Amino acid sequence: MEFFRDTNIDFLGKKWYFLAFSLIFSIAGLLSMFFWHGIPLGVEFRGGTLVYVRFASTPNEDQIRAALDRAGINNAQIQRYGTSGSNDELIDLPQSSNAGADVTRSEDQIIRALEAISGGQQDFRKDLNYAGSDALRTVLAGRDPLHAAPDTYDKITRQILDYRDSKQGGLIRSFDDLQKAGVPAAAVEALKQEGFFISNFHVFGQETVGPQIGAQLRKQALLATLYSMAGMLIYLWFRFEMIYGVAAVVACFHDTLITVGAFSLTNNPITLTVIAAILTLVGYSMNDTIVVFDRIRENVKLMRRETLAEVVNRSINQTLSRTILTSGLTFLTVLSLYLFGGEVLHGFSLALVIGILIGTYSSIAVAAPMLVAYQEWRTSRSGRRPVPVATQAGKGKVRVKA
Amino acid sequence: MQKNLILKTLFIIGILLIFVFGIFGIPSSFNLDGIKDSLLQRIHLGLDLKGGAHLILEVQVNEAVNGETDHAAELLKEQLQKANISYASISKPDLEKHPEQIVIKGVPPNGSTELRRIVSEQLPTYDLSGAGDTYTVTLKASAISELKSRTVEQSVEAISQRVNTLGVSEPVIEEHGVGNYQILVQLPGVDDLARVKEIIQSTARLELREALNHGATYPDEQSARAALGGVLPPDTVLLHGQKSVNDRTDSVFLVSRVPVVSGTDIKTAEAGHGGKTGGPIVNFYLTTSAGEKFARFTAAHSETSANPSNLAIVLDNQVIEAPSIQSEIHDSGIIEGGFTEQTAHDLALKLRSGALPASLRYIQETTVGPSLGADSIRKGVQAAVVGMLAVMVFMLFYYKGAGINADLALVLNLVILLGFMGFTGATLTLPGIAGVILTVGMGVDSNVLIFERIREELRHGKAPAAAVDQGFARAWVTIIDTHVTTIVSAFILFIFGTGPVKGFAVTLTFGLLANLFTAVFVSRVIFDAILSRKQRGEALSI
Repeated sequence: MEFFRDTNIDFLGKKWYFLAFSLIFSIAGLLSMFFWHGIPLGVEFRGGTLVYVRFASTPNEDQIRAALDRAGINNAQIQRYGTSGSNDELIDLPQSSNAGADVTRSEDQIIRALEAISGGQQDFRKDLNYAGSDALRTVLAGRDPLHAAPDTYDKITRQILDYRDSKQGGLIRSFDDLQKAGVPAAAVEALKQEGFFISNFHVFGQETVGPQIGAQLRKQALLATLYSMAGMLIYLWFRFEMIYGVAAVVACFHDTLITVGAFSLTNNPITLTVIAAILTLVGYSMNDTIVVFDRIRENVKLMRRETLAEVVNRSINQTLSRTILTSGLTFLTVLSLYLFGGEVLHGFSLALVIGILIGTYSSIAVAAPMLVAYQEWRTSRSGRRPVPVATQAGKGKVRVKA
Repeated sequence: MQKNLILKTLFIIGILLIFVFGIFGIPSSFNLDGIKDSLLQRIHLGLDLKGGAHLILEVQVNEAVNGETDHAAELLKEQLQKANISYASISKPDLEKHPEQIVIKGVPPNGSTELRRIVSEQLPTYDLSGAGDTYTVTLKASAISELKSRTVEQSVEAISQRVNTLGVSEPVIEEHGVGNYQILVQLPGVDDLARVKEIIQSTARLELREALNHGATYPDEQSARAALGGVLPPDTVLLHGQKSVNDRTDSVFLVSRVPVVSGTDIKTAEAGHGGKTGGPIVNFYLTTSAGEKFARFTAAHSETSANPSNLAIVLDNQVIEAPSIQSEIHDSGIIEGGFTEQTAHDLALKLRSGALPASLRYIQETTVGPSLGADSIRKGVQAAVVGMLAVMVFMLFYYKGAGINADLALVLNLVILLGFMGFTGATLTLPGIAGVILTVGMGVDSNVLIFERIREELRHGKAPAAAVDQGFARAWVTIIDTHVTTIVSAFILFIFGTGPVKGFAVTLTFGLLANLFTAVFVSRVIFDAILSRKQRGEALSI
């Protein structure tokens, strides 16, 4: 099987279409960044508190909001988390203005407020859907309902938590269910007597980031992106010629801009993992560009009579099959990540999905035409006829000079 | 087959076995559970997969500097008195921004030489500046930075001790982001976070201070100031606390700013029963030198003395109680503050493991519940399997015979990648799983590059053997370039990233390194093996 055989598409002839396409997307992204959604930042960059809550039944967001209001938290955003069928909610509390206080305090407040919905002012440490192993073990061993050795209660504790976390996704529905799952009736009774209760929600994750960490991470993410581009530039400079490096880095910058722009347009937050994805894309887009450049370098030696534009066109066509295939295959894996990888990886895989498409496009439509444009510019400036790119045979470097 | 080829094949099989061992070790039993157990033992799961807490604390290092300069100010007062030099005041002008400065005002002209002598002899880590009757004593910059980093080290030490007694497996406690005075604490699998957080953060700084006005309490700071005539007496502060052991209403006490005995003076502590109520209490014992100082203080301020006042027992800047001093006390005392068995036990543990030299503030916390971790593993593995199958099936269709070759290389690539993880003890995180998936996509790139090149050469009419030769040779340069650029990205991610992102960088790098071996060397050997069996002129399935 073969999809592309002896293609001969005039890519450089379409450079104005490419330019228009790139400009439209870049500018749309930039407009959104400056005038619409801004750059939506994940909690690790902007600071604040996220609490992920799973409810036993379809949650009533108004009720949650009212409960939070009563607890004095009135600037929280409440939104559905994950697929539409789930009962998961994400409570997002922006940075508290009270910078001096401990940042983790607001989580406790949120949990207390949620307890208030399900049943008055109970102590959330006695909520079986919240309690940890230490609390359970201490209570069971203290009450000793089975008159057994302490390690029996270790086992029962593990049994309860296994049932809750592995089988029930974090939510025990009732004391009866516990008993049906094989927990001894006497132990269940002891927990009841100790005041343990079962709420209708389970907190399955929390994230709190203070202002200084946010600033620190923002700086680090920016530095990492800049350093990786600089690293690429240096490597390409060393392997090829300065202009190749510049063209490749411009292509990468183009990809980064459009990817971030897409996040801004769709109002998806940029998190740490998204930055990781973007850095990976920088490497990936560079890959694609290098494959084309390598071919150009090789062809420049072979096709001495032709102009650089023709050489570049030929090289893109020759590598087209590989470019499309690899991108297609990587795209397949990334798509599988996007579809099956779950909510935690949503932003990460979205960045990869967009980035791989753009990265492939940019190596053909941005990096290669830039080389040619540069050469034409040099020619027009020096006013001489372009010398067919002279090569110093034997040397690895190719000089793109007029 | 040629001998050379056999050797290479044996080499590949050897590598395969080594890395399979890297992944699984030697399972205790060869059923599904046994293999799964040993797999989990070899491959370390990150917090985001296992569940647990990731905390970053900021050490309030200025407190340590303040403590040091408070001490120096006391010493100055003592020494100046000894030398019979009068002064108007010794104070610290800015506790927040310049905790390192002590200002001495009203020094007589004849006292400056003596002051210089005292500072250079008694306070070698301080600089003296100023002229006339006002002098500033400043802690040297080198001493400040040393004190700060020592404070962070001691905090790490104290937290480690506390966490170890809690029985958390494989905790990570280390300095984070050098120069920011931050501590990273990772507690895999911890599920009673509220308690653990409290135990870590509590400075457990027990201080014994003088409670002025016989331990009088005020309902709030405002009324305290009003009762004291608008301004606080020099060198005193207002602290909150419970009114008495039996009455927990929040009250304000007037206490001395500088403690008589501070946390580092405590030798040991234990939980017990007793006190007025017979309930849970904490006994503490002081070091010898602190004991002497404490005895002097209690003698001077006991009920029978000329200047009686109360003793404030202050824990983490909260007054626990302020009893009157019946008689001289030497080196031990009890705290009774309405404890439960567990809180008394926890406090004794914290006092024993050493007070933190400065208080800590949580500045980041990420908790992943065990149910979310299990969910992430399931979905990550699902995505990996689907993605990999899609790629493998495609390669089979597109390259037929050579597709088998690529798929074999791909599987070996994964085995080596996971084996690497097992051998090095690197941590697998959820983005790390994504890195594995991405490796599949990127790894197959090398094969595609080579195969496309071979096809091209075949189209140009080359014989299969020559085409394979040329294909590998030409693609090699490109493969090196593409790998280097991605590894550069991954390397930078590793340096700048934290936790999950680092895991991603690790798997991506390992995956690409393994790919150099599998896609180039292994694929080549497979091609050679196929070619060696073919008749001359027989076509290559690609």
